[in-house]
Amino acid sequence: MGGDSKYLGLWYVAPYGIGLILFTAFPFITSLYLSFTDYDLLSSPEWVGLKNYEKLFTRDRTFEKSLKVTLTYVFLTVPLKLTFALFIAVVLNYRLRGINLFRTAYYVPSILGGSIAIAVLWRYIFAEVGLVNMIITGLGGEPINWFGEPGNALFTITLLRCWQFGSAMVIFLAALQSVDRSLYEAAAIDGATPWRIFRHITLPLITPVIFFNLIMQTVQAFQEFNGPYIITQGGPLKSTYLLPLYIYDEAFKSFDMGYASAIAWVLFTIIMVLTLVAFWSSKKWVYYAGDKRN
Amino acid sequence: MSTLTEIPLTPAALSDAPTALQIKLRKRARFNAFVRYALLTIVGFIMIYPLLWLIGASFKTNGEMFSSAWFWPRNPTVQGYVDGWQTSTPYTFATFFLNSMQIAIPKVIGTAISSTLVAYGFARFDFPGKKILFAILIATLLLPDVVTRIPQYLLFRELGWLDTYLPLFVPQWFAWEAFFVFMLVQFLRAIPREMEEAARVDGANTLQTLIFIVVPMLMPALVSVCLFQFMWTMNDFLGPLIYISTVEKYPISLALKLSIDATEAFNWNQILAMTVLALTPSLVVFFLAQKSFIEGISTGGTKG
Repeated sequence: MGGDSKYLGLWYVAPYGIGLILFTAFPFITSLYLSFTDYDLLSSPEWVGLKNYEKLFTRDRTFEKSLKVTLTYVFLTVPLKLTFALFIAVVLNYRLRGINLFRTAYYVPSILGGSIAIAVLWRYIFAEVGLVNMIITGLGGEPINWFGEPGNALFTITLLRCWQFGSAMVIFLAALQSVDRSLYEAAAIDGATPWRIFRHITLPLITPVIFFNLIMQTVQAFQEFNGPYIITQGGPLKSTYLLPLYIYDEAFKSFDMGYASAIAWVLFTIIMVLTLVAFWSSKKWVYYAGDKRN
Repeated sequence: MSTLTEIPLTPAALSDAPTALQIKLRKRARFNAFVRYALLTIVGFIMIYPLLWLIGASFKTNGEMFSSAWFWPRNPTVQGYVDGWQTSTPYTFATFFLNSMQIAIPKVIGTAISSTLVAYGFARFDFPGKKILFAILIATLLLPDVVTRIPQYLLFRELGWLDTYLPLFVPQWFAWEAFFVFMLVQFLRAIPREMEEAARVDGANTLQTLIFIVVPMLMPALVSVCLFQFMWTMNDFLGPLIYISTVEKYPISLALKLSIDATEAFNWNQILAMTVLALTPSLVVFFLAQKSFIEGISTGGTKG
């Protein structure tokens, strides 16, 4: 806007700038500093160098277990959830009557799913005499000990997050609807099967949103807290003791702020490295329409 | 793919009588639609059933709870709600509802105002450092909270804000959630600037232009921002868990957790009734605003 000072826009973004410094940049740097200290809130932080990290990687069995559980959880949940979301989006991407009703029905779980109430519900659905086991025995099966077996317990949390596939699905659906239909028609005339059309036309065209969903869901999954805290309390045998739970316990139960910060930074580094790998590899598999073409 | 039946290009389609190919394609389309409906209905039912069961079971007696997986209660009772409303604390659910609102209302309003200002700044002005600042904004979309949480706690502790609601909404007054700014910037970029320029020519300053011209056009996006922020606030558990220590100040999420820990394990209908009560604000808001919500999603989706 012509006659205005070139600094006018800065006034509008000033709140963000202040917030960024106070609530993001300053805490970000402080937590890195704290990770090299011993700090119990009672006395001031004491510099200990790499001690926290050394303990983490050499002597801390809980961390080792927690890290393994976290990686298992993320690599199990994200692909399952995204595959399911994409599958449903493909089925929905069709001129059907009542499509909005289905879309709403699928979206409700993803609105509510993050809440404590739904985590509580999950605890009762998968309880020994809960809904799922009632259905299994009703069908003539053996009831499953969901929370007693380490493998099963983590899976209940995965199921909860897959149940919340709605938001990823809505993004997939929007991308699918923007694919030029004439491409499908041309392929159909050439005699391509639906699977080949999906594999060679649809899938490459929606790789940008696959990439977007993959990154967002991975970052989110690494920070899962409510599920294991409420549904399984990290158990049994720490089989659902995800890193955010461990960080919480160290920071706000043991008040070991330095050690907790070190764990947080390890978690952050893992997330960052995976994100960078995804960005780097995206050049090879993500297709951007209009990118260096024409 | 439904357009398979409408292909006008094949030579066969040019003749009047339906060809074998057309009949085959039409049959395939009908079968296709049937399979899709069947699949969507089954999956939709499985998705919604846990919620149906929750609501139904909250009206069941504890005796009936374990006898059938079907959600409909045979002898409906509101005893679960009567007990659940009392909670297992000295306060009723009403206290916790009000507490949640005391967090949600300033948080939602603060988010809407600050995100609008910042998005307007990014979308409509050029200023030194804009590119870098916007790049940082995008980067913070991916920054996990886990890495800033502890120092934030120490900061608010220093300010004497522990056991108050301030840590739970003051950051949002500074457009702290980059997601909302980003969403509004995207929306603003798609709105033509003619009206704003006309207002400027008529002598309105940028703030007046923002309030009287931009905000009305931005409304659908702002409604989505408020909705998302409200839902996320109601769902937030870790924030209150860290900052709020007095039971009297607990929001719904914490109160629910506390009540469940204190309730006898066999009192399922009371616990499930409390769970329904805890979900009610989000459900009510979602269904009231559903139209603008879904519209917001679909307009965002059909663009580009």
